[in-house]
Amino acid sequence: MSHDTTTPAELAAADRVAGRLYTDPEIFEGEISRIFERTWVWVAHESELPGPGTFKSAHVGRQPVIVTRDRKGTLHTLLNRCRHRGASLCEKPKGQANGFTCPYHAWSYGLDGKLRGIPYPEGYEGVIEKGELSLKKLRTESYGGMVFATFHDGIESLEEFLGDAKLWIDRFMKQGGGYPIKVLGKHRFKFRGNWKIQLENTTDGYHFPIVHRSWMASVDAETADMMSFMTDPSAITHALGNGHSVMQMVPGHSDLDADDGTEPLQGRFDHLIKDLAQTLEPAQVRKVVRAMHGTGFNLNLFPNVSMSAAFFRVLRPISVDETEIEHIAIGPDGPPELDAVNRERLRIHEHFQGPFGFGTPDDAEGWDRVQRGAQGAPDMPILVNRGLAREKASPEGWPTSHVTDETGMRAAYGQWKEMMRDA
Amino acid sequence: MPETVTAPAPVPTTDPRVVRAIDLAWREAELLDRKDYETWIGLYTDDGSYVIPIDPDTDDFAGTLNMVYDDARMRRMRVTRMTEGYAIAAVDAARTVRTVSRFVPESVTDDEVVLRSAQVLIAYKRGRHDIWAADLVHHIRLSPSGDRIVLKVVRLVDSEDAVPAAGFLL
Ligand code: FES
Ligand SMILES: [Fe+2]
Repeated sequence: MSHDTTTPAELAAADRVAGRLYTDPEIFEGEISRIFERTWVWVAHESELPGPGTFKSAHVGRQPVIVTRDRKGTLHTLLNRCRHRGASLCEKPKGQANGFTCPYHAWSYGLDGKLRGIPYPEGYEGVIEKGELSLKKLRTESYGGMVFATFHDGIESLEEFLGDAKLWIDRFMKQGGGYPIKVLGKHRFKFRGNWKIQLENTTDGYHFPIVHRSWMASVDAETADMMSFMTDPSAITHALGNGHSVMQMVPGHSDLDADDGTEPLQGRFDHLIKDLAQTLEPAQVRKVVRAMHGTGFNLNLFPNVSMSAAFFRVLRPISVDETEIEHIAIGPDGPPELDAVNRERLRIHEHFQGPFGFGTPDDAEGWDRVQRGAQGAPDMPILVNRGLAREKASPEGWPTSHVTDETGMRAAYGQWKEMMRDA
Repeated sequence: MPETVTAPAPVPTTDPRVVRAIDLAWREAELLDRKDYETWIGLYTDDGSYVIPIDPDTDDFAGTLNMVYDDARMRRMRVTRMTEGYAIAAVDAARTVRTVSRFVPESVTDDEVVLRSAQVLIAYKRGRHDIWAADLVHHIRLSPSGDRIVLKVVRLVDSEDAVPAAGFLL
C-alpha cells in the first residue's frame, strides 16, 4: 500500500471504511493488481457463446480479453493483444470466427489462442518458436452457465471460490421455469464514481423506497407491494463467504420451485397467460409467469457481478472515479411460445434498468453524489454498520441480518481487506 | 424483362408539407430542452411511439432491448416521473441544448411525412459537457386539426457503447 502508515485493516474496519477508498488512485491501482488480477472475474454467460467459433469481448479488470468457444466446445479467455507488436485482435463486441488475424501484420491465432500463421516467415527463422507465442490465456471455468476467468494460475477452483453462493446460483437459474437461461440484450452505462459504490449498491436494500420512489409510483400495485420489503422481517441478507452475499427482497420467490399454488399470478400478465395457455401446460405457464420479475433476491458475487432479480449487473473499473456497468437482460431459452415471455421481460428490464429507465438514472445520481461527497475529508469514514447489532448466524452459519442492513457490504469489504493485505 | 425503376425526384425541404414536419421537429426539440414535458407529450398521437434502440440496425423494437420504447402509457408515466419531483435524476438533470438539422424528407404524402435528421445534443451538468449525437427519424401525421408525431426513433451513434445514465429525454 502506498500510504505505508495506513494498512488495509485501518482503511476497512468491520463497521466503517475510509472515504479515501473511493478517491485514492494508488488504492485503485492496488485493487486492480491484488483483486481484479488475482481472483475469479465474471466474463460471460454461456448463452453468449452458443456454438463453436462464437466469441465475445470482455475485460478482466482493465485488461481487454476475448472469450471464445473452440471447435470442441471448450471455453477460453484470451488476452486481446497480439504477441507481435501488441495490436488488439478483435474490436467486435461479439460474433463468430474461425480464429483471429491481427490487422497489422496478419499474424493469425486459433480460437484457443495458438499462433497459427506468420506471413513472410523467413525473417523469423531461428528467431522465434511459434509454440511459445500463443495469446496469453487466462484460466477459465464456469458454474451454472456463469463463466469466470482469472490471471492467477494458483487460485482455488471456481467452485471452491463460489462456495455457498453456488446454491443461490442454482436458485437464480430457476427463473427459466425449467428451461435454460439466455441473454436477451444489454444496457451499458457509466458513472463518474468508484466501482465499490456500485458493488455496495446491489446489496443496499436501504436506498430502495427513497431512490426508487418514482419507479414504485409507476408500477402496478402488485409489483409495488412485492417490493415493499422495508418492514418485512422475513426479508433478510446473508453473507455467504469470500465476499459474496445474497439479499432476499421477496423471500417467497427465493426458491421458485417452492410454490404452494396460493399466490395469484399478477393481473398485468393476463394477456400473456391467455396466450401461453393455448400451448403450454398450466403448471408450466405458472412457472414462467411467476418468474417474470426474476427471483426475489440479489446475489452479489465479489468482485464484479451481481445476479439481480431478473438480470445480471456487471461492473468494470475504469479509473478510481469512473465505472462502467452492464445490465444484462435474461430470459428462458425455450420454445417459440416463450418469445412473448421474453418480450415482456425486455419491457420490464427497459422500465427500470436502462440509462433512461425509471430506476438506473436515480441510482446513478446517488452514486455520483457519493463520489463527489467523498472528496471532502477523505479519511472520514463511510459507515457500513447498519444492523451490526442485530446480525445473527443463520442455521447454515451465514451472518444474517435484515435486508436493509449492510451485511453484504461488510462481507465485501471483509474480502477486500483480505485480498489487499495478501500482496 | 426487369422493370426499370426510376427513383422519385427528392422532395425539397421547401415543400409546404415538409415545412410543417420540420416545424414540429424543431418545436419538439425546444420543448425537450426546456423540459416542458407536459406540452411535449401532446405532440404525439395516441398510437405514437418514442424509441431509443440499442441495436443500430433493428426495426424490431418489440423483439429487442431498447433504451426507451414508449407507447402512450409509458410516455405518460415517464412524464409523470420527470415532473413529479421524486426522481432525483430528473430533479438534478443536466441542462441540454440540442441542434436538429440536416433534414431529409424520406417520404411525403398529404397525410404523413417521414423525416430524417441529425441531432447534436450537449448536456451540461456539474462542470461537464456530454455530447449525444444521433440520427433521428420522425413519422409525422399531417392533419388540419394539428400535426402529430406517430413515431420518433433516436439512433445514437454510440448506442451500443456505455452512455451516461440520463435525467432528460433525447
Ligand atoms: S501487431 Fe499483430 S501482427 Fe504485428
Ligand atoms: Fe437502486
